[in-house]
Amino acid sequence: MNRIDAAFARLKGKKQKAFIPYIAAGVPGREETVRIVLELEKLGADILELGYPFSDPMADGVVNQAAANKALELGVDANAYFAMVADIRKQSQIPLIVFSYLNPIYKYGMEAFAKRAKAAGMDGILLVDMPVEETAEFQSVCKREGLALIFLVAPTTTPERLAKVLEGSSGFLYYISRTGITGEQDTFQKDFESKVAAIKKGCNLPVVVGFGISKPEHVRTVCRLVDGVVVGSALVRRTLESKPFPAMLADISELAAPLIAPTKETWT
Amino acid sequence: MDPRQYPDQWGRFGQFGGKYAPEVLMPALEELESHYLKLKDDPGFQAELTGYLQDFVGRPSPLYFAERMTKQCGGAKIYLKREDLNHTGAHKINNSLGQVLVARRMGKRRIIAETGAGQHGVATATAAAKFDMECVVYMGRVDMERQAPNVQRMEMLGATVVPVESGSRTLKDAINEAIRDWVTNIQGTHYVFGSVLGPHPYPRIVRDFQKLIGEETETQMLAKEGRLPDVMVACVGGGSNAMGLFWNFLTKPSVRLVGVEAGGEGIASGKHAARFEGGTLGVLHGAKSYILQTADGQIAETHSISAGLDYPSVGPEHALYRDQGRIEFTHATDEDALRAFHELCRLEGIIPALESSHAIAHAMRLAPTLGPDKIMVVNLSGRGDKDLATVMGAAAAAKTPGKQAGK
Repeated sequence: MNRIDAAFARLKGKKQKAFIPYIAAGVPGREETVRIVLELEKLGADILELGYPFSDPMADGVVNQAAANKALELGVDANAYFAMVADIRKQSQIPLIVFSYLNPIYKYGMEAFAKRAKAAGMDGILLVDMPVEETAEFQSVCKREGLALIFLVAPTTTPERLAKVLEGSSGFLYYISRTGITGEQDTFQKDFESKVAAIKKGCNLPVVVGFGISKPEHVRTVCRLVDGVVVGSALVRRTLESKPFPAMLADISELAAPLIAPTKETWT
Repeated sequence: MDPRQYPDQWGRFGQFGGKYAPEVLMPALEELESHYLKLKDDPGFQAELTGYLQDFVGRPSPLYFAERMTKQCGGAKIYLKREDLNHTGAHKINNSLGQVLVARRMGKRRIIAETGAGQHGVATATAAAKFDMECVVYMGRVDMERQAPNVQRMEMLGATVVPVESGSRTLKDAINEAIRDWVTNIQGTHYVFGSVLGPHPYPRIVRDFQKLIGEETETQMLAKEGRLPDVMVACVGGGSNAMGLFWNFLTKPSVRLVGVEAGGEGIASGKHAARFEGGTLGVLHGAKSYILQTADGQIAETHSISAGLDYPSVGPEHALYRDQGRIEFTHATDEDALRAFHELCRLEGIIPALESSHAIAHAMRLAPTLGPDKIMVVNLSGRGDKDLATVMGAAAAAKTPGKQAGK
């Protein structure tokens, strides 16, 4: 069984929800990335999205843009990225997901990239600007390699599109809690709960919610409705702005622990 | 060959194009496509658009015989398609007006746009003002500096110009920022894409709104010369003025079609925006095309003295016809463009946009190699008032050794 499916099965058995952090690979440095991942796992993270940098991240807010730029400045390319993955894998079995945009992966070669990701020990891939219609070929590559192909759905996604997305999806479905770019937000859009409930109802895969989540009460709301929560920009901000290690690691723990706690309560 | 078969139902021009957009945008792109496909065949809509194109834009734009330039070059007869004489001073208004009319029929009240040279921003701000819509234009900080008069014009027209500070602070980054606005404010907002770029259906919509340039040219040429031209030349940034001029002639094999990209400081310098010279297949801003990028698939920084050509990707329809050999591509450097700019000013009393000056530069190279019985049409896609500061700056830099022209 793929590590992602196993993680959701285990959580279901324990009536818990998934906590899925997103960080930009290589920020603030390669060794630090590995240590941040291990720390997040220790705190209770269940799955991790590892950002693969792209120069023009058009769906990301300023924090994730800055992190992508920083990663590129630090020379994070495919070799560096997969070296980090290999280091993580020596010490951890946390499910790992490539999170990126299409172009760097396309340029590398879709099939070659999927093979390398699998060989390095990754479990899934999510490309923000690759809608399900464009993926027929890539779906079969991922299937062959045993990689989950994960898609985003948005508040604007129609029922017809949702059906199409579900057909091409594996691993889990990632619901964007609002229309907009990545970044921390104070509140959810007002029709959030009804929309999430509707998506969850028609979906055989686990559903997780992300985009804008930065507070324990957000996490609680999400846990009540679906199977997991993604926290990105709030963590990434600390990898950019906190004082160097070990202070940064302490800052990250201080942010993550209260966000993780609600996911490990008993949810019926 | 039937150019009407492109794009197919997935928005593809052969292997190029497509619809590589974040999921948030997909329903909006589908909505736009379905509205557009209806309006395109709606006589009421077409009559409304044609009416404004005549009385507001001033179409048809003249096809002008550049007699002194022809004489100076000593070869083919050179005609200029005077898109610079349109209201707002470039071909961009053809598309902005069309898209704003579409947006109005879709019930959208807010218009956003990206702009490089500022011509598309000005055209969109103009159409938005005319139809009483809110307008926000994203423009790279570097471009705002080199095209300052257009920033002032947009503000005069009631638009908000948002400076973009990310990346190379040029057109590419302005598009990123406009997309970010659109995914955030998708309901009620229409994004007026300014070139034959972006996710489907934009390359098709923009081409459709620009193809009247070529249609008019054919009628005018038949009236003046009684035959089709032999060569047509246009500059290619995203490629909307070129596709507008060429599209009607794609099926006429006797007409050579030549696109001119920005050669910047020369291809060897690496500082250019010539996608067909070293670009590789990739996906940027929703479409698969030839892209200037690194071996790792990161988008390269481009350079051109003209903001409107300073972009790392090229319209997917151009990529298709380039691969088929139907459209030839070449480039003109900053220096070539500046020289052509001055030549046209002095020979014809026309101040061309620096973008269009690239086409002029190549036309002046090509004309002497053709006989006097040949006829050439150059798309004079915009006027150059906006570029005076850049041109004067380049002239001053040329006098100061060690200083480079451009950005």
